[in-house]
Amino acid sequence: MFAGDQNGLRGDPRLKEISEAIRVVPHFPKPGIMFQDITTLLLDHKAFKDTVDIFVDRYRDMGISVVAGVEARGFMFGPSIALAIGAKFVPLRKPRKLPGEVISEAYVLEYGTDCLEMHVGAVQLGERALVIDDLVATGGTLSAAIRLLERVGAQVVECACVVGLRDVKVQHGLNGKPLYILVEPRGQINCPAPSVNGVETCRHDDLILGANFGSPVNTTSKSD
Amino acid sequence: MSAYRDKDPRIHGIQSRIRVVPNFPKSGIMFQDITTLLLDPKAFKDTVDLFVERYRGKNISVVAGIEARGFIFGPAIALEIGAKFVPLRKPKKLPGKVISEEYELEYGRDCLEMHLGAVEPGDRALVVDDLIATGGTLCAAMKLLERVGADVVECACVIELPDLKGREQLNGKPLYVLVESH
Repeated sequence: MFAGDQNGLRGDPRLKEISEAIRVVPHFPKPGIMFQDITTLLLDHKAFKDTVDIFVDRYRDMGISVVAGVEARGFMFGPSIALAIGAKFVPLRKPRKLPGEVISEAYVLEYGTDCLEMHVGAVQLGERALVIDDLVATGGTLSAAIRLLERVGAQVVECACVVGLRDVKVQHGLNGKPLYILVEPRGQINCPAPSVNGVETCRHDDLILGANFGSPVNTTSKSD
Repeated sequence: MSAYRDKDPRIHGIQSRIRVVPNFPKSGIMFQDITTLLLDPKAFKDTVDLFVERYRGKNISVVAGIEARGFIFGPAIALEIGAKFVPLRKPKKLPGKVISEEYELEYGRDCLEMHLGAVEPGDRALVVDDLIATGGTLCAAMKLLERVGADVVECACVIELPDLKGREQLNGKPLYVLVESH
């Protein structure tokens, strides 16, 4: 679900400012990927505060006791939300970063697998949890995050991201959990992109519709 | 300067929530784990409040946080004091043009990067991390900021390991910590 689809936030000028504060970096980390760089959002104090405020307004009365943030960009948004709603913050990390006893959940990348870890004992049975990351692409990382929380008996209320595609498969593929997104990814109209099968990869509507070229192009990418 | 020595009543709760994990990441290291502090909403809020109270009204325009645990404290402080937040990251994580600063590890070297254009000449900067040990990472962070013309006002950490004398590595820049661990 997109924030701007809802009655309360439809036409909210904050969403436009947030979207425009996010910089698009073409061909990072590899050709064809239009990387949605939220670091420029963090440089805009008003837009950054608005981002956190919109999430806080949504989650403050949902009885959420834990905000789980995915390393590393989830750490930039999650703690402020947790502090404002009176929840604890739990970092979900790459392997071997957390010092105590952990549980691990593997997930699939385009090539190979990766792993997300959470401290044992951080989250209790029956807690209501929010998962937060900057962006959702395929949903693989968020799905792993949901599985970690559910394995210890928490109830994942929702996953929240600043940026995400209107991808029906992802929306329905997050283990049935709802997904809340503030803005869609943007492309650049005039970027000197290499083409894929003779078709330019930079047009904005390609990002919305997904790639229908001969070979698949990931127009957004989840890296940490 | 240390809030511990000032004995703010919130410090005891903060200190007691930090878990020490022996022999991580290797034998002999007593790792100061702040994740348990984050599980206590009041103690976590007190931590951020102590920094905010110190830096609000000091015209700090940028809070630079060191990956990754500096990202847990830095943005919350930046939001409260009206500053921008700049992540200082390990190599190849930031997508745009960066400047890099190498620093020494116990064995080998590592590197910290910052986006070009994020910080401007004359910006007044605060550097935030969860802990200062030898001071190598904080020193690299300060150099990045100074190379683009910012004025590093202070370094702020939740925890200091004073026996490692990191404070002396900061080229005279002040350091503010909440708790010390010996």
